[in-house]
Amino acid sequence: MANVTTPIKAEARDLNFFYSNGARALKGISMPLYENKITALIGPSGCGKSTFLRCFNRMHDLYPGNKYQGQIVMHPDNTNVLDAGVDPIEVRMRISMVFQKPNPFPKSIYENVAYGLRVRGENNKRIMDDKVEEALKGAALWNEVKDRLHDLAFNLSGGQQQRLCIARALATDPEIMLFDEPTSALDPIATANIEELMVELRSKLTILVVTHNMQQAARVSDYTAYMYLGELIEYNDTDKIFTTPSRKETEDYITGKFG
Amino acid sequence: MEHRASVIENLGEVRAMIKRHKRNDLLFAGLGLLCLMLGLVTLMLLFWQLIADGYPKFTLDFLTEFPSRHASRAGLLSAWTGSLLVMTVTFVTAVPIGVAAGLYLEEYAPKNWFTDLIEINVSNLAGVPSIIYGLLALGLFVYMLGFGQSILTAGLTLALLILPIVIVSTREAIRAIPVSIREAAYGVGATKWQVVYDHVFKYSYGGILTGVIIGMSRALGETAPIITIGALTFIAFLPPAPITAEPPFLNFEWLSSGFTVMPIQMFNWLSRPDHAFHINAAATGALIIVVTLLMNGAAIWMRYKIRKNIKW
Repeated sequence: MANVTTPIKAEARDLNFFYSNGARALKGISMPLYENKITALIGPSGCGKSTFLRCFNRMHDLYPGNKYQGQIVMHPDNTNVLDAGVDPIEVRMRISMVFQKPNPFPKSIYENVAYGLRVRGENNKRIMDDKVEEALKGAALWNEVKDRLHDLAFNLSGGQQQRLCIARALATDPEIMLFDEPTSALDPIATANIEELMVELRSKLTILVVTHNMQQAARVSDYTAYMYLGELIEYNDTDKIFTTPSRKETEDYITGKFG
Repeated sequence: MEHRASVIENLGEVRAMIKRHKRNDLLFAGLGLLCLMLGLVTLMLLFWQLIADGYPKFTLDFLTEFPSRHASRAGLLSAWTGSLLVMTVTFVTAVPIGVAAGLYLEEYAPKNWFTDLIEINVSNLAGVPSIIYGLLALGLFVYMLGFGQSILTAGLTLALLILPIVIVSTREAIRAIPVSIREAAYGVGATKWQVVYDHVFKYSYGGILTGVIIGMSRALGETAPIITIGALTFIAFLPPAPITAEPPFLNFEWLSSGFTVMPIQMFNWLSRPDHAFHINAAATGALIIVVTLLMNGAAIWMRYKIRKNIKW
């Protein structure tokens, strides 16, 4: 499938995941994420795509009783982010996340973007100002908010709030950014903005995006993985998945016979 | 389209049915309003009665005079200063302990049978009759710890009494913060304490404050536990002033001073046969209610101010 020269940024190896009630939500998933590419996860509700995404930044650690099995290895340092000896906080500093619904803090626009830096102990105002500006520019929000950085984030529109959340995730220079259905709460125009932004961000980092919307996967992603009932059914170039899928299940899903 | 036809055929019947159902709607609304008014009007009448009875004593002298055996000269000075000092002790102890306990239970404690047990007990403690707290305090603070029948003992007793209220309201305020906000903070690499301090505490302190004020206004009117620990009913002196002119400017002798509080003064006056004292009692009651209402009003106002910037 992928071009042999494309470097791998991270790689799931035989990943299983169990919720605290014992349910096995992921079944032996192995797949690479290619560097500076967008990988989309598609599949019907409950197929485990969000669960898979949330393994990458150890979000499941926040709730007791959840269990990982297998590895997610980051390159080039070969760190297994699921290793019990690796602090989830360290992982989240390298892999940031944008959520389904825009979830800005009830703080100013500036403070929202700066929070990731503050958490790291950054106090220098000059550095902070620069990073905030850079992140807001990176999230294509700077021109709209530069004159009101100290307004409350809640005063922004939904699409602006989501771009603010992207800026917040961007401010700390992560290597990978996870998007969990980032446009499902947005109108079509805001959605188009976010999609355009994701494509732009690709040059800076590696992106993994869960989407409920197949057209979105087709529009933005380089690679697409189709998941069903916790299993990875097919993973390939997005073009191939949508034109000549090799598995019958994938074809049924993308042609709308199922799901 | 058989279904539609049947509705049209029985249009009269259907309309009658809807009318019947709506009558029940109206009936319940009326009943509810009646119950609400019953409570409200009764309270208003009682309050009005207190004001009418106590009206002659609504003077500044009433606040600046010590109690006296002459009803007309008797005032509340020792009672309201006593209340103020006792409430200070209560606030200083109950708030940090209660808020910390609530934060711990909600954010840090593992969810198992033991914390469930603590949770049930905390809720139950809120319903324990206050005189039980008085008995506990008599044994623990007055005798075992030797604090005597002092302001310190009273303040700690009332702190115990309102601790469940503070803990429960802290937990409720924390629970109102959506998971998505926590995940956002954890997502950028915050530690648990950073999430608790930068977010959980900051977004919930409006609710916490409300609980604290409601607890404090309950403590203000408590009588039974204070009588149990042996508050005096006739005090013609003030405790040593907490603030002094000379260094170190703070003086803690007042903590061990004897005292009285407003509800006890009221109770004392009420138990006298001379009707003139009943006027004093009514005026005191009116004052306690007004202060309580003001405190609750302040709580509502502060919650509104703080919540105004938080939408979820």
